Amino acid sequence: MRVLLVDDELELVTTLAERLELRGIATEWAISAEEALRRVETSTFDIAVLDVKIPKVDGIKLKKRLQGKCPGMKFIFVTGHGSTRDFETGASEVGADYYLVKPLSIENLIAKIKEALQR
Amino acid sequence: MKLWSMLRPDFWDHEDVAAGPYKHLFNFRRMWKSAVILTALVALAPLVFMTIVDYNVNQQAIESDISYQTARLVSNTRRSVSFFLSERKSALNFIDKDNTYAALSDPLRLTALLDNLKKGFGGFTDLGVIDHNGLQHSYVGPYHLAGINYSDQEWFKDLVSSGAHVSEVFLGFRQQPHLVVAVKHVLPDGNFYILRASIDTQKFNDLLAEVEISGQGDIFLVTREGVLQTPSRFFGNALDRLPLEVPAFAEKTQVMETHLQAEPLVIGYAFIHETPFVLMAVKKKAALMKPWNETRQKLIVFLAISITVIVLVVLGVATFLVNQIFAADHKRVIALHQVEYANKMASLGRLSAGVAHEINNPLAIINEKAGLIKDLFTLGRQFAEDSKLLGLVDSILYSVERCGAITRRLLNFARHMDVRPRLLDVGEVVKDVLGFLGKEAEFRSIDISVQVDSDVPQIESDPGRLQEIFLNLINNALAAMANGGRLAITFRRSDDGFICVTVADTGCGIPEAIMHRIFEPFFSTNTASGGTGLGLSITYGLIQEIGGNIQVKSEVGKGTEFSVFLPLKMPPLRKVKNESLAG
Repeated sequence: MRVLLVDDELELVTTLAERLELRGIATEWAISAEEALRRVETSTFDIAVLDVKIPKVDGIKLKKRLQGKCPGMKFIFVTGHGSTRDFETGASEVGADYYLVKPLSIENLIAKIKEALQR
Repeated sequence: MKLWSMLRPDFWDHEDVAAGPYKHLFNFRRMWKSAVILTALVALAPLVFMTIVDYNVNQQAIESDISYQTARLVSNTRRSVSFFLSERKSALNFIDKDNTYAALSDPLRLTALLDNLKKGFGGFTDLGVIDHNGLQHSYVGPYHLAGINYSDQEWFKDLVSSGAHVSEVFLGFRQQPHLVVAVKHVLPDGNFYILRASIDTQKFNDLLAEVEISGQGDIFLVTREGVLQTPSRFFGNALDRLPLEVPAFAEKTQVMETHLQAEPLVIGYAFIHETPFVLMAVKKKAALMKPWNETRQKLIVFLAISITVIVLVVLGVATFLVNQIFAADHKRVIALHQVEYANKMASLGRLSAGVAHEINNPLAIINEKAGLIKDLFTLGRQFAEDSKLLGLVDSILYSVERCGAITRRLLNFARHMDVRPRLLDVGEVVKDVLGFLGKEAEFRSIDISVQVDSDVPQIESDPGRLQEIFLNLINNALAAMANGGRLAITFRRSDDGFICVTVADTGCGIPEAIMHRIFEPFFSTNTASGGTGLGLSITYGLIQEIGGNIQVKSEVGKGTEFSVFLPLKMPPLRKVKNESLAG
């Protein structure tokens, strides 16, 4: 299981990646859409955890591009702009498997990653 | 007072509690007064003016008509009297010319002439011949007047100089009212004699009695000294003194007004030439003016009715129009308030969302960093047993979770600015509201209890509106209570397919007298402390929009209970309303 984390907050993305690694989940991270696209060219990922709002290219457009390169990839969106009640509607609107609101719970994130991959 | 309270227009007691753009555009009471005064003035002024003009013109016309008719009556009667006397004087002249002095001295001839005069003219009583010494040496008639000397009498002296004479009515030697007509005949030797005849005054009286006179009138002859010559209806018999002053001499017929014992009289008079007589017609003005008074009364009643109708119409129309303007302006102010309120809520929503998002990112970093520390402590061996450090990290993570709950609540609030009905749990909405207000209640030692019946279902409604409704109701309840009060919120399913949320406080209560007005816009009992009187009005509007209704029970000093009934599925919102609220 390989996870790609994309968020413009370097501190957040590096720390989260480290925490996932500590739990045995192979994780790579990117702080921009370009960097994320470069990552998928060199590695393959099962699932991407994307911030909805990324500078220049938003998460929804990035998802489409990533899907173009990795058709089987799953997506979890993360946002600082919603609430827990947005999970279902938010996910369907952006076409993602799950839609989570910051600050994240690591256990919840891992659970959703596993659920997404089992779909 | 009761009638006034029924008729009093809505705007009459209106007082602006708002300021600036939310103030009403007009002073409605002043507007109403101006409208009433101006309209009434424009409508009534021409009517009153025309009525006054018409009144005066009519009165003058009638007075002028009375004057004209009186003058004509007097003039005609004078002609009759003049003709009567002239005729008799001419008859004497004719006899005088047709007979010699010797023939006239013959009693038989004189008797024949008197008979002819009586038959031909009437009114002659006797006939006598008086010589230049004033001695009546020949006389025929019912009295014994032969041999009487008239030389020292005024009429004799007057006749000698003037040649003809008509006397006043007098008693004379016979002690009967009569008048005398006499003509002088000059003989060739320079001497003269006088032919003298007495005229029966009854003939004279009949002449005037036949005159038809209006206005309870009276017509009579009087001497210039004011002695009646014929009987008068008002002033007595012949030879009595007239209580009125005889007017000064005038060549022609005159009409004047005078008063006798405060009663206005119209007097027409004419001096009859070559006689001592003044013909006077006296009419009572009140009787003459009676038809005009009746017309005038009708005119005044018509004017009063017209003024009343005009004033009522003006009052009605002005009140109706000003009420319409007031209602329109009231709606404008309410709409402005609603737009302002919606804008304020939208701005607050955007601000909340911005703050929540900005805080969320560093909070997420703190969360992850603390999480990593905990991971390292938990997964590594070095600090796995250090319960103090783990406790500190847990404390950080707990605080982050609390902050996260706050930002989520803020985001919830912001998101509710969008109108989007959805399936929700009303209890959760109320708990969200209490999340905002709970601290205030805690500080004021207000006990809040929430009780939800187990059969209360989820409903499809607009969470934003529900949040505003309960925010207003709970805010009001907190404001009404002193420290240490109790706020009970209960949820139950009502029989008619609604769910009922009851917000009951132990506050000051609402007096019965103002209970029916609490949902009116701008009705507030605490304007001094900044209340706009819109809270419950907006709440009422919001409940209507989502298809619910609200009931209130209150007892002064004990508390108030608002019951909000919400349908299981809210009806579709009207598009216009959405747009107006979206601002």
